[in-house]
Amino acid sequence: MTDMAIRYRGVSKVYPDGTAAVDNLDLDVPAGSLTVFVGPSGCGKTTSLRMLNRMVEPTSGVVEVNGRDVSSIPAAQLRRSMGYVMQQSGLMPHRTVEDNIATVPRLNGVSKREARANARELLGSVGLDESLATRYPAQLSGGQQQRVGVARALAADPPVLLMDEPFSAVDPVVRQDLQRELLDLQQRLHRTIVFVTHDIDEAILLGNRVAVFARGGRLAQYATPEELLRAPADDFVADFIGRDRGFRSLSFENAPVDLQPVTVLNADTGERTVVGPGSANPAPWQGAGAAASSGWVLAVDARHHPVGWLPVDERGEAAGREELRVGGTLWHRGDSLRTALDAALSSPSGQAVAVSEDGAVAGVVPGEDVMRAIEAQRAARHDRVESA
Amino acid sequence: MNLFAQAAQFLTDPANWAGPTGIPVRLLEHVGYSALTMAIALVVAVPLGLWVGHTGRGGGVVVGLAGALRSLPTLGLLTLFTLLMGLGLMPPILALVLLAIPPILSGTYSGIAAVSPALVDSARSMGMTESQTLLRVEIPVALPVILGGIRNAALQVLATVTIVAYINLGGLGRYLIDGLAVRDYSRMLASVVLVAVLALAADAVLALFQRLVTSPGLTLTGDRP
Amino acid sequence: MNWLANNWSSVLELAGSHLVQSVVPVVIGLLVSVPLARAAAGSRWLRPVLVTGSSLLYTIPSLTLFVVLPLILGTQITSVGNVVVALTLYVVAILVRSCVDAFESLDRDVLQAATAMGYKPVRRFFGVELPLAVPVMVAGLRVATVSNISMVSVGAVIGIQSLGTLFTDGLRRSIISEIVVGIVATVVIAVVLDQLLRLLGHALTRWQRTGAGARRPAERRRDKNGPGGARGGAGALATVESGGAPA
Repeated sequence: MTDMAIRYRGVSKVYPDGTAAVDNLDLDVPAGSLTVFVGPSGCGKTTSLRMLNRMVEPTSGVVEVNGRDVSSIPAAQLRRSMGYVMQQSGLMPHRTVEDNIATVPRLNGVSKREARANARELLGSVGLDESLATRYPAQLSGGQQQRVGVARALAADPPVLLMDEPFSAVDPVVRQDLQRELLDLQQRLHRTIVFVTHDIDEAILLGNRVAVFARGGRLAQYATPEELLRAPADDFVADFIGRDRGFRSLSFENAPVDLQPVTVLNADTGERTVVGPGSANPAPWQGAGAAASSGWVLAVDARHHPVGWLPVDERGEAAGREELRVGGTLWHRGDSLRTALDAALSSPSGQAVAVSEDGAVAGVVPGEDVMRAIEAQRAARHDRVESA
Repeated sequence: MNLFAQAAQFLTDPANWAGPTGIPVRLLEHVGYSALTMAIALVVAVPLGLWVGHTGRGGGVVVGLAGALRSLPTLGLLTLFTLLMGLGLMPPILALVLLAIPPILSGTYSGIAAVSPALVDSARSMGMTESQTLLRVEIPVALPVILGGIRNAALQVLATVTIVAYINLGGLGRYLIDGLAVRDYSRMLASVVLVAVLALAADAVLALFQRLVTSPGLTLTGDRP
Repeated sequence: MNWLANNWSSVLELAGSHLVQSVVPVVIGLLVSVPLARAAAGSRWLRPVLVTGSSLLYTIPSLTLFVVLPLILGTQITSVGNVVVALTLYVVAILVRSCVDAFESLDRDVLQAATAMGYKPVRRFFGVELPLAVPVMVAGLRVATVSNISMVSVGAVIGIQSLGTLFTDGLRRSIISEIVVGIVATVVIAVVLDQLLRLLGHALTRWQRTGAGARRPAERRRDKNGPGGARGGAGALATVESGGAPA
């Protein structure tokens, strides 16, 4: 598998107003690998991806796929030879799931019967039930739509698969499933996959190789995930990977961390309750105490799924909706310490939101508690090493 | 209420259902003028709306044009064209075409322009040519809005064709104008009731057609399992 | 244009009558439609009744109403009142439908947040729902106003006085200038009222243009991550824009 499926040679994209989206890109993607383009927004990662199927034409340079200059292949023909999965599933609302999947084979002249039969088979390989074949996209959940999008991209059996932030619009739990399934799929199919994301964790999890793009369309580093973590090429890469990369080795460890109760505000009813260990049923809110001390209340929807944090003033009054801080990853009980730390650091209140299996709030873990648990873990490991 | 009874009598008199001035002939004339008007308006407005909606070029011009045409009084155009071109079929048809164009044009344009850009992007990324993108994705998805515009235009035309009788043409408006001339109120009433029944029937047929050709996937709104 | 110079005062009089017949229905229609639409939005029985009723009403030609209404109202057939009542019904038919859509397409998160912040229903309606529904309402009002102005002239066929009288009179007497004056005057009234409504809508929806939310279709098309949420709103507007009432 040393032959290169994709080559960029001196590729630049400059828009008429003078902004450079991609700056003199040289990059080779090995056949059968999963290569991730990652970087902040405006770094040219999506533009570089879209040059592969000529959705964007480079200003200068050559893009080759399987040894052929893409500019020598008619755009429509080229695109039919590659699968493309995008952030919004891009499914056609007026066609059933099976007809959506059958789109490219039908464009290539495959009979309707054959294309549909093939589509039903593909449903299974992306983890969907065949009974969904005659549904319309509007009847599917976001995660299901994204799976159909992947099946559609695979339908014409393309050697190259392009994926443009395919999982970033689905919720974190579904995203983890989709990521795992993509890895399984790749184990079986060995396609050349180019995957664009802004999420460095996703890049490191999925990629055989990771290309880190910097603003202005500069390729900052192109390496395996291990290399990237061990030896970032410059400050930008180090910064982008995150200062906490020392803790990344914690990824696979999980340790008991005690949940703390949290005051939640139901956005539908305006009702406040306290959720957390020791209160099997949400307990009524007792007064300013708990909320005021942390300075935040957690807004939840009708199903008790977290929506965001609202700051609280000295009297315990929650701020208006315009103050709502969305954000923060979620932590499922049993997940790694690394995830808990991420959740705490990304949370406006500094507390990781813990959710139970159905997605409802189960409590919070303050950042300090996570740090303490991590230190304890390190110390324990250190002891083991010393005594060995 | 006496007048309603007289109008009903007019409508049920077998004598009014026969001959060259009978209701069937007037009805056919009415539908014929309307069909001719719609055919011309569709040929002009649909391709223009598709092109502007698909390319995104000239959207402002189309909206402005449709607005300007909408504010032109049809009766004024009808009388003006008749004075300029003489009595005949073309002057009123021309005035009616100008009435029918705005709803068709803006329905087609805004229907196509409202198709999600992500959807169009994904169609292109799968290797659809521009015409395939338009025919297989944009038009089917925009169809409810496009047909809504056409349905609207058809209703306006059917209603307004009534006034072509004012310049000595036929159609169901004939009874209105003739009744007015001799102060026969029941005949006027019969005329406008016939036009209303025709409009309701036409609307029902068009609504049925619209439902038949619209993909069920487009009317689903998030009723997920 | 000698004709205009000689008939200046009668044109003005007809224009005034035309204006009354087209504007009064819009004002009354708006006052009737908004509460009706709000009550119908989300209502299991009122919504289908109103929506079906208004689309049926909308299908009935205006000449039919001009002729039938005197029998019901007891007015003269050439009375301006018939036109005002008939056109008010059309305005309600247009506005109820678009206002129901507007109220139902409001962002539920925003409404929930308003409730969570302690808005009571009436204040929430005036403070949150109504302002957010303004763009669709103004679009509906503009369509209703312009098509009213065009429809008023039709009444001239059965002798109701308006700028349309210039058309019937011009045809009978073969005076082209008279018809042209009528057309120009009608268009001027339509354009002026339409622009006034546009400015009103502009003033009431400043919030729409402050963020990235207010982008035109052409721009959205080029933006690969265009806001998918704009669809519902654009669709509702598209429906209104392709509207217009039967003459």
